[in-house]
Amino acid sequence: MYKYDAIDQTIVDERVAQYRDQTRRYLAGELSDDEFRPLRLQNGLYIQRHAPMLRIAVPYGMLASKQMRKLADITKKYDRGYGHFSTRQNLQINWPKLEDVPEILAELATVEMHAIQTSGNCIRNITTDQFVGIAPDEVVDPRAIAEIMRQWSTFHPEFALLPRKFKIAVSGTKEDRAVVQMHDIGLEFFKDSSDQLRIKVWVGGGLGRTPILGTVIEESLPWQHVLSYCEAIIRIYNIHGRRDNSYKARIKILVKALGIEEFKQQVEAEWAHLKDGPLTITQAELDRAAKHFEPMPYETLPAYDTSFDAAVTSNPAFAAWVKRCVHVHKQAGYRAVTLSLKPHGKPPGDITTEQMHVVADLADAYSFGELRASHEQNLILADVKLSDLFAVWEKARAAGLATPNIGLLTDIICCPGGDFCSLANAKSIPIAEAIQMQFDNLDYLHEIGELELNISGCMNACGHHHVGHIGILGVDKDSEEWYQVSIGGKQGNDASLGSVIGRSFAAEEMPSVIQKLIEVYVQQRTPEERFIDTVRRLGLAPFKAHVYGEKEAA
Amino acid sequence: MSQLIKKNAIVADDWTRVIPPTLGDEVVRKQAGKVVLFKLHGEETFSQAQIDATDIPATGKIILPLPVWIAKKTMLGARMDAGEIGILVATHEPIEQLAAEFPDLNILPLIAVFVERFADGRNFTLGNWIRTRYHFKNELRAVGDVLRDQLFFLKRSGYDSYLIRADRNAQEAIASLNDFNHPYQGATDDVPVWRRVNRSQL
Repeated sequence: MYKYDAIDQTIVDERVAQYRDQTRRYLAGELSDDEFRPLRLQNGLYIQRHAPMLRIAVPYGMLASKQMRKLADITKKYDRGYGHFSTRQNLQINWPKLEDVPEILAELATVEMHAIQTSGNCIRNITTDQFVGIAPDEVVDPRAIAEIMRQWSTFHPEFALLPRKFKIAVSGTKEDRAVVQMHDIGLEFFKDSSDQLRIKVWVGGGLGRTPILGTVIEESLPWQHVLSYCEAIIRIYNIHGRRDNSYKARIKILVKALGIEEFKQQVEAEWAHLKDGPLTITQAELDRAAKHFEPMPYETLPAYDTSFDAAVTSNPAFAAWVKRCVHVHKQAGYRAVTLSLKPHGKPPGDITTEQMHVVADLADAYSFGELRASHEQNLILADVKLSDLFAVWEKARAAGLATPNIGLLTDIICCPGGDFCSLANAKSIPIAEAIQMQFDNLDYLHEIGELELNISGCMNACGHHHVGHIGILGVDKDSEEWYQVSIGGKQGNDASLGSVIGRSFAAEEMPSVIQKLIEVYVQQRTPEERFIDTVRRLGLAPFKAHVYGEKEAA
Repeated sequence: MSQLIKKNAIVADDWTRVIPPTLGDEVVRKQAGKVVLFKLHGEETFSQAQIDATDIPATGKIILPLPVWIAKKTMLGARMDAGEIGILVATHEPIEQLAAEFPDLNILPLIAVFVERFADGRNFTLGNWIRTRYHFKNELRAVGDVLRDQLFFLKRSGYDSYLIRADRNAQEAIASLNDFNHPYQGATDDVPVWRRVNRSQL
């Protein structure tokens, strides 16, 4: 993974000093709350319901074991012994003291980490597929360009105070797992017919109050121009994006208002001035960045391992875990492993200090000392030998990290919700926990099959409810917490936004509502169909009828 | 009183900013830029009555809002020739309007950009355009809600003087012009880091 040189290290060290002084001035009354807000937000610090929340950047989800250990130490020393992985592959801690944050940042800087631009109206952490570099369907490993873009966006002087937050995702696989269509800019890397690296550029996607999937603005951009092209897009947005109403300030609203043709024309007119200028990425710079992402020193192994096959045959619990949590790898004899942060009845994405140490140890022992965080809020060991899988499973299981539910109904994407977040209209974690307990029978869970259930506590949609096969949105009705249910959302190449099934529900109704949706699916499905396929084939009507039918009749 | 930072020091300000008077009449709001399909942006512009009532000092170097200059320029030609007039643009005013008025911006000794709110980052793009697109070489000043923590970004966006908000200590703010020594990206003041240093040697 990327290793800092003197320039990178100086920038994070200077940032610690800068933020230390900003905090000092705030505590001394030299900065008002309003003036300090954008400064602390650009450093990932929110003032939340109970305490500040600090969001630590994990660039494109990559973590080294020593970084994980530092995060573990921070959760112990400055927090309450746990952290929370977010849907942007970052780590959040919920109980730091505002005056401790400069010290936390100083500790992070010692392991090449920071909290720069994890919030605020600026370019946020760039995200990608958690299987980057190892997926068999990968055409291009986009991490080198993601790193170049991370550096470009860090303290970008022109885009420090945009109308609203700005999220970029990159993907280099045939099957998109980075949800590029729901980002302000989505970059889909591919090779053209003459084997040249090209980028399909999507713009104006986003969830939140007005969910919109992105539109293609450029079909085939040569990679050298990615910075100048993004600068042109963001410059047009910076000047013309709305600043009078924060609900209408995202780039998606500007793109919709102008229409993609007019927006593209303005971007291209701007780009004409920037193209082929100093922002053009050189081959030498790409090569320098790419050196950090070379394949691991894999052993030459057979494609099969007899001890592994024997364990799968003799141990059903291990076999169930392999089925859900072990993933294909482009190197023969290796697999990727997802460590589930979704044990039933616990807040999705949460991890304790002790578990963080276990994960770091597993990475060192079995996966070249590296880890990834996924936007589904799980952790990945990307390079595990087949013959080591059983040992990994035993250790992960002992630490509560081996729930065999990846891709299943209880692998819920969930925001922190009303228990922590001051923006939330409703709690989300207790809903997730109640649903997980309703479907706690693993055989039944596997029988239901692949299903993505996403929960957001408000329309800001941190839990990506619009693209869940089942989406749950917390809403406020006369100061009471209610939940709106949608079905038919999907991420991936054939992304779609879910449709609301009808009036919302009280918290205690939610497990049975989900139960009823599942009953319709199980009854109606063809042998090959996943839940999403059945919804797409049948539409909302049968689901609505079963969920509301009896009650409405009574 | 607001203090002016220029060339890493506090200097005397020999320019007077001309501000149209507040009248009791209706607030005029303007659509921003080319985005005419938008609803009102809520940004206030000066009414004709305000512009008419603007009192222009008879002598000295003055900074005029662009609409005031446009309305009164016929009587200000000699002072422009004498280098006594600088122009102030608001962040919502299209840069093309300034460029249309002054095909060569360099006849102006000073351009000021009025930052209405700290969080309004359009001033950065405007600064960049004024320097790189229109090749302005004279003083580019940030005025209004200008605070210490914007200075580094303003400097990189082409500004070279900063009128710090009156209630803030300008002397301490100077330090923030140098918050970072080796920024990553290219801007008006430099090329991207990989064109500056051979990082593979570090």
